[in-house]
Amino acid sequence: MTAEQILFLLTGALILGSALMVVATRKLLHAALWLVAALFGVAILYAILQASFLAVVQVVVYIGAIAILFIFAVMLTRREMRDQGQQTRTNWWIAALLGLLILAGLVFLILAVPGADRLPAALPEGLDTVRALGNALVSPEAYVLPFEVASVLLLAALVGAVYIASVGKKD
Amino acid sequence: MTFASILEWLIKGFVWVMILLGGFAYLTYYERRALARIQVRIGPNRAGPLGLLQPIADAIKLIFKEELMPARADKLLFFLAPIITLTPALVITAVVPFGPEGLNFPLFGRVITWQIADINVGILYIMSIASIAVYGIVLAGWSSNNKYAMLGGLRSTAQMISYELALGLSFVSVIVLADSTRMIDIVEAQKSMWFMVLQPVGMVIFLIATLAEVNRSPFDMPEAEQELAAGYHSEYGGMKFALLFMAEYDKMIAICIIAATIFFGGYREFWFLQNTWFSVDQTPILGPVYVFIKVFILLFGMIWVRATLPRIRYDRLMAFGWKILLPLSLALVFLTATGILLAQEVNPLFMWGIPVVSLAAGFIAILGMYQTLRRKEHARA
Amino acid sequence: MLLEYAAIAAFIFVTILVGFIAIILGMLFGPKKSTDVKAMPYESGMNPIGPGTRRMPVRFYLIAVLFILFDIETVFLLPWAIVFRKLGVFGLVEMAVFIAILLVGYIYAWKKGALEWD
Repeated sequence: MTAEQILFLLTGALILGSALMVVATRKLLHAALWLVAALFGVAILYAILQASFLAVVQVVVYIGAIAILFIFAVMLTRREMRDQGQQTRTNWWIAALLGLLILAGLVFLILAVPGADRLPAALPEGLDTVRALGNALVSPEAYVLPFEVASVLLLAALVGAVYIASVGKKD
Repeated sequence: MTFASILEWLIKGFVWVMILLGGFAYLTYYERRALARIQVRIGPNRAGPLGLLQPIADAIKLIFKEELMPARADKLLFFLAPIITLTPALVITAVVPFGPEGLNFPLFGRVITWQIADINVGILYIMSIASIAVYGIVLAGWSSNNKYAMLGGLRSTAQMISYELALGLSFVSVIVLADSTRMIDIVEAQKSMWFMVLQPVGMVIFLIATLAEVNRSPFDMPEAEQELAAGYHSEYGGMKFALLFMAEYDKMIAICIIAATIFFGGYREFWFLQNTWFSVDQTPILGPVYVFIKVFILLFGMIWVRATLPRIRYDRLMAFGWKILLPLSLALVFLTATGILLAQEVNPLFMWGIPVVSLAAGFIAILGMYQTLRRKEHARA
Repeated sequence: MLLEYAAIAAFIFVTILVGFIAIILGMLFGPKKSTDVKAMPYESGMNPIGPGTRRMPVRFYLIAVLFILFDIETVFLLPWAIVFRKLGVFGLVEMAVFIAILLVGYIYAWKKGALEWD
């Protein structure tokens, strides 16, 4: 095993363990923080893949913004957030079975893709990945249209958030 | 990746942490002396010559203080919050270059650079670490089970995320100017002209936004003594408080280092000295010295601002961030991009349109703000 | 490249270590005589009234939502900022359209009073 593979396995363990803790812990705020740990693990995965830009954006957007929103949402609820009741429902095993089935299906699908078991070619030496990404995103011969449409999506979210927040506040 | 390189990273990291620790200790001294001078006092002058041993005395005192755990606090988070606050404050400077390439020296067959990590998205790395700096404060406030701490933490979070937008956009205008996200490239792009001259309004926005990010006055709402006791660190004492305090001062140092790097030429000399002996190309050892001098002056600016300006009201703080800084910094990105394109396609002299037009935009923003405040004043009277 | 990230990881490790050492130093040397009164949350000398943490106003939540949206906008600006020199006028117009669409939302939020803090 190479050092990179060991690193990948460790990161994977971190992500899975944190994700498990998100649903297992009894305190809501702790669950939110475990989620942050899982998201950070994904950022490490991007860094291992040499996708620096994505790693940074993962931290800026998911940890720096969306997880903060989760923490705010937790704080909107009451302090007594320690769940005293049972943590599983009676038919949890059906859910577990379904989850396993979906996992098996996914693994089957991925293995069916030709070349899924091969490593991707290494990046050429000295490639500026950020510039390459920028070119792919905004140059006319690439993804410029989805890029523009993304702003419409953001606009819809913005208008929706402002509208919902101002409904209760009639002056 | 060998054992030797791991050792190198650890030693480099340790040395830099120790420098920041010393910097923190003497920044408190610097601040107290400078504030005292501004207020026609003397400041600490008893411990050692000129009071130079004062920070050490403070540190020893803090070690021997009793630490309390407030009742019904979240014990784990209460313990971890100071560390979570401190880590981003120290780690954020990892990508800053402190010396030119000529200053790299071989040691035991390895080339030692004046930078902890040279990643190709350096400035974005700074952005991402700045965005996770919120956590320590919100967790410290939450875990204390104290009303003041909670309010301070919440206010601080809202304030930091609001000013982060202007901060991020001023980073974008630097990227536009430098045409790179790597820190060394950004410094080298300022060889012929500092970005402070090309984008003066961007620099001012950066400094204001970072003041708000580190909760320094006049944006020290999270710690407003008169209303919130000490804000998010009300319940902290002893070494845990020392860590929170250290994080605050190291954030100050860090943002001054970053400001010096992206707007004031980093380790480079004044642009008009580039062919003299003072140039780091000829005398590389001057690089770290230049960084130190720039940081020292910028820190004085922050202390001066603290001594001069009163705290601003929270609603005005948020309005300033969202209604003035955000649109203004967005406009600056476009002004800069347009100016560079014109300079590239038509005439290099258009480069000078950037500072002129952005100063005009900044002036319009100030005028608009002034008029609005005047109108509100009239409406109230 | 990966090695540079490893350097950052090592640095993060060092900072966390220093933080732990500092706290442990304080634990070793500080007195430990906690009483009920000392452990009482500080409320300017009065006995604390009610729970320490209350539910916060929904306004903070709205600010966080707006922040996410504009943060994503900034993130979209970043790759453009690196390549716009090559794209020329096309790049400028394209980004102007992108921002203009979002500005509509910004003005809507302003007019709706979402940016007011009262």
